[in-house]
Amino acid sequence: MLKIQNISKQYGIFSIRDVSFTVKKGEYFILLGVSGAGKSVVLEMIAGLIRPDAGNILLEGRDITHEKIQGRGIGLVFQDYAVFPHLTVRENVGYSLRSSHLSHVQKKKMIRDVAVKMNIDHLLDRRPSTLSGGEQQRVALARTLVQNPEILLLDEPLSSLDSKLRSDIRSLLRKINREGQTVIHVTHDYEEAIALADTIAVMNDGEIIQCGTPEEVFAHPRSEFVAHFIGIRNFYRATVVTEDQWDMAVVGDNCRIRLGPGPHSATGFVLIGSNDIILSRTAFDSSATNVFRGVVREIVPTRSGMEVNVDAGFPLFALITAPSLEHLGIKEGSDIFVTFKATSVRFIPA
Amino acid sequence: MKPLSSSSLQPFNLLLVFLGGLILLFIMAPLAGMFLATTPLQLFETARETEVRDSIWLTIWVSVAGTMIFALAAIPLAYILARKEFPLKKLVTGIIELPIVIPHSAAGIAILGFVSRDSVVGKIGSSIGLDFVGKPAGIAVAMAFVSLPFLINAARDGFAGVPVRLEKAALTLGASPARTFFTISLPLAWRNIVSGLILMFARGMSEFGAVIVVAYHPMVAPVLIYERFGSFGLKYARPASVLFILISLVVFIILRMLYQEKKEDHSGR
Repeated sequence: MLKIQNISKQYGIFSIRDVSFTVKKGEYFILLGVSGAGKSVVLEMIAGLIRPDAGNILLEGRDITHEKIQGRGIGLVFQDYAVFPHLTVRENVGYSLRSSHLSHVQKKKMIRDVAVKMNIDHLLDRRPSTLSGGEQQRVALARTLVQNPEILLLDEPLSSLDSKLRSDIRSLLRKINREGQTVIHVTHDYEEAIALADTIAVMNDGEIIQCGTPEEVFAHPRSEFVAHFIGIRNFYRATVVTEDQWDMAVVGDNCRIRLGPGPHSATGFVLIGSNDIILSRTAFDSSATNVFRGVVREIVPTRSGMEVNVDAGFPLFALITAPSLEHLGIKEGSDIFVTFKATSVRFIPA
Repeated sequence: MKPLSSSSLQPFNLLLVFLGGLILLFIMAPLAGMFLATTPLQLFETARETEVRDSIWLTIWVSVAGTMIFALAAIPLAYILARKEFPLKKLVTGIIELPIVIPHSAAGIAILGFVSRDSVVGKIGSSIGLDFVGKPAGIAVAMAFVSLPFLINAARDGFAGVPVRLEKAALTLGASPARTFFTISLPLAWRNIVSGLILMFARGMSEFGAVIVVAYHPMVAPVLIYERFGSFGLKYARPASVLFILISLVVFIILRMLYQEKKEDHSGR
């Protein structure tokens, strides 16, 4: 639905070079990168606030690269919400409807409907200065969604919220997307990206490094940068089952990994730090409940130690020191046991 | 203000207070002296003179009119200055400050040449029945000339204080640049603009040098006071001076109070 083709832009000492990606209708697309990577600039170019130096933006086949902001049918929510402080919530939400030819009754209904959806209908006559951050956030969302934009652009929507609010808004965004809204969401938080995205595009220094589903990007990184972005090599999509009142994540060859205390959603991603994995030639009894038997596939020296790639029914990367490697006599093809605690397993619901 | 503590009694702080006090005294003493030298009866008598009343009224309404009319162009200029970068912007900013540094009577001469009957402006004006020299229109031009910088600077600060993000948000919500200006930028800059309008009005009302060159008659209050002084001396000019100052103060205070109320209307922002 949205095709970004070879966009470039020079702004001050920063630049965006040859950025291309495609967003399908109804997709949740996340642009992931550290601050200064150029993500917000890309967003503003899609919205029309900035014109690219080169390249094209196509919306449903229509070239909108040089079209005015107002005609694009694209909604943008800024990082600091940019709610109009001198208007009530109702006036904020209805702002985009002012110039439309709808009747007063229709406008009132549209405002009310979207306010109910965003759970702010009880705040309609309040002023923004009296609202909390989360409430202002929802006003900004309502204001943008009331005009039914083809694409919703979000610039770091969760960055300035505390964790409880963050999960509330995250669910809200998921809900909006499930109802059919195409979303492009910009963030530096990889957990957020993993939890929400259908597709992730990792940006660094003005370029797109890798683009794909969360597994493609993190479990199969195509560059050092992406691999070290979250620093976690053990990354799996999982379904959760419960055995003896304890949650287990099912990955790979029907292997079950015991998770820490729940509750956990039915599906999600499992992350295990390479440092948290203990290798041994024999199984041993300990407080760690995840013990798997496997075969060493490959040993690669890295800056942070010797990376041992084990096939335990699912691929595992363990980091151990060179002396340990020698001490245990581990070679490629060796039988090996891997052990790690349930509490060192990270689970991200998705 | 910090309560008196041992640090406040240090010699340096005392020196600051002393010097500050001198300045305040410098401003108040001449005014106080003048007020004390005028009896209520004299004030009353002066207020009854038609010439005085007409003069004060003329001063006020011409300054209001001049402020309003020139504001229509000054406020957009302030917006451009606040938002846009362009070559020679520093030059433009400098030009706007000029009226403050130019000697007032010299400004009057410049304006006189600009609006006199045989100038381009004068001819156009005459054709629509608008004369400047010796007429309220000329007074308004002179007043505006010296007081525009105050409005432009205040309005520009006001617009600069409106986050660009808000204007961008309005644009993405379908508002044209014009609608964004009138529904977002202007309302949020309004407090500063009103402050600037009050300042411009007050400055225009008190102008003497530029006005007297363009229009000795009809006499605005500052000119009337000067004429009385020149013809009859200090004692005769004093009551009119006191009266004019009192009325200026009253007008100024009323406007300030209204402006304060506006501030409470938009509480929180």
